[in-house]
Amino acid sequence: MEKLSFRLTAPRSAGGTRAQAIVGVVASGNLEVLLERSPPADTCTIDIATAAHGFGAVWDAVVRDFVTRRPAGGLRISINDGGARPDTVALRLAQGVRKIEEPER
Amino acid sequence: MSDWGMQKAALGERLAAGRQHARGKVVPIPDLPAFLKGVIRSGDRVCLEGDNQKQADMLASALANLDPRDVHDLHMVQSGVVLPSHLDIFEKGIARRLDFSYSGPQSARIARMLFGGKIELGAVHTYLELFARYFIDLTPNVALIAAVSADKDGNLYTGPNTEDTPTVVEATSYKNGLVVAQVTEIVDKVPRVDIPGDLVHFVVEAGRPFYVEPLFTRDPAAITETQILTAMLAIKGIYAPYGVRRLNHGIGFNTAAIELLLPTYGEKLGLKDKVCTHFALNPHPTMIPAIEAGWVEQIHCFGSEVGMEDYVAARSDVFFTGPDGSLRSNRAFCQTAGLYACDMFIGSTLQIDLEGHSSTVTTSRIAGFGGAPNMGSDPRGRRHPSEPWLKAGAEADPDTNAALRRGRKLVVQIGETFGDRNTPLFVERLDALDLAEELKLDLAPVMVYSDDVTHIVTEEGIANLLMCRSKDEREQAIRGVAGYTDIGRARDAKLIEQLRQRGVIQRPEDLGIDPLDADRNLLAARSIKDLMLASGGLYRPPSRFRNW
Repeated sequence: MEKLSFRLTAPRSAGGTRAQAIVGVVASGNLEVLLERSPPADTCTIDIATAAHGFGAVWDAVVRDFVTRRPAGGLRISINDGGARPDTVALRLAQGVRKIEEPER
Repeated sequence: MSDWGMQKAALGERLAAGRQHARGKVVPIPDLPAFLKGVIRSGDRVCLEGDNQKQADMLASALANLDPRDVHDLHMVQSGVVLPSHLDIFEKGIARRLDFSYSGPQSARIARMLFGGKIELGAVHTYLELFARYFIDLTPNVALIAAVSADKDGNLYTGPNTEDTPTVVEATSYKNGLVVAQVTEIVDKVPRVDIPGDLVHFVVEAGRPFYVEPLFTRDPAAITETQILTAMLAIKGIYAPYGVRRLNHGIGFNTAAIELLLPTYGEKLGLKDKVCTHFALNPHPTMIPAIEAGWVEQIHCFGSEVGMEDYVAARSDVFFTGPDGSLRSNRAFCQTAGLYACDMFIGSTLQIDLEGHSSTVTTSRIAGFGGAPNMGSDPRGRRHPSEPWLKAGAEADPDTNAALRRGRKLVVQIGETFGDRNTPLFVERLDALDLAEELKLDLAPVMVYSDDVTHIVTEEGIANLLMCRSKDEREQAIRGVAGYTDIGRARDAKLIEQLRQRGVIQRPEDLGIDPLDADRNLLAARSIKDLMLASGGLYRPPSRFRNW
């Protein structure tokens, strides 16, 4: 298991009021993403535990694009990765910020 | 000149040799080896019928069992190199030269045999191109074909899988070649005459159906959310704005996802009756929900699909069927329809380079083309206008007088940025180039040429190559949808932002696509069983797809 941590400046802060959201599942080729509110509003922290070693540079690119493209400020994101492809990671992160914007059902 | 009629005389000799082993036109199975040895001459051009679907499998085995001391140096001209026996014929030295189109399941072995010099390659063609050559310079001396039933006069019923048969018979029989058919059974009267008996010289009763590969069946259970997102991009970003009504879908999970999103996502976007009304397409099981929801007016088919026979017969308002009720497919006509009467081709590929050339050849596999380069090319002979064709033409060339401007066919390559086993879809250099060098081919086997591709769709977005005005813009547009592949990560972020402002690149967020909608619940069917239920029990999936 490899652990990676990112603390990134986020130009836009996450919407909605929900305290937390979870998307995805822990499975081979998939990942679970837990999002929680955590100040300050212009910062996003991401902690990754991944089964696949040696992909630090790709993770770096994926999470940097994510905070640029999506409103991710004020979030602490924990990722439990089962060796998902970068496209799946990007989709799950996008789904996560959308879900935390949604009202609780 | 006193020698006119030599071909007729040669056919007469073959017929006489064949009749020694036949009762009327019927060759009993035990006599088949001696029969084939009698009618086939070393050096003959032989068409062994078989494509990506139906196979004259019994005749293929019989041909492969001949003694190369009796028959050798054959030149095989056939759509598909698909069965192990197709390559055994070369391994044993019965055949030497090959002109073909498709080699799906034999792609690794055919590559080894080409490298090993066991096969002398003519060319890899598209189906329509190979059929064309049957009438010009690759006319078969002997055709070994497959049908469902025959009567004693040789009239053939091909059932739903007519496919290549009429084309092969037309080219062979009318040019003094010999036609031999394997049939499941010999009957008093065939249900419909697909091939007239006077073109068929001999028939063999196989006692079992010819083999058909269910190549166009995709299990919805295997469709990923990334594929759903990519499909949403294609529907909202291409189908909708161009108003694509007449089209062809390639094989694969990306297009299967599109088919399964039409009655859900497409409906929500109000696209029913506005897109996807007419297809050149095999009867894909994943089309069932869209057909049942009333999306589709008409489909013409290259071939059939295993298990879809009853469904197709019950939907003759949509499909072409014969007086017997079953599907009439025809690969040559459907390829022509796909070339000239469709406004869009959308399909997957294995490699795309920085210019936009795409190829399904990798260094160890030569899968051939099938019909894709024909569907996926802009027909320069087209003269009838349509909304998508004119709009694409205007995007490519806004400054020309509209009345003198050619339209453009939409040729869309779709796929995730990483394929099987994390192989990147985007590459600096196509493996096809290495292959061409190693085999000393004049042409690298490129499936869709760069100047035919109009759009590339990945989960990251759509690149509209029609709107690129320079080689550099084109390269950046491709990098801009190449995700986290090496190609994608080496992008010029500033230039890509400019391309995005101009609409050359469109992201899901630019199109208002909610990533939360990229969910398997959006699929109109989520399993093969769902498809069967949607068909009212008319679709009978082959056992390998039944997991319940």
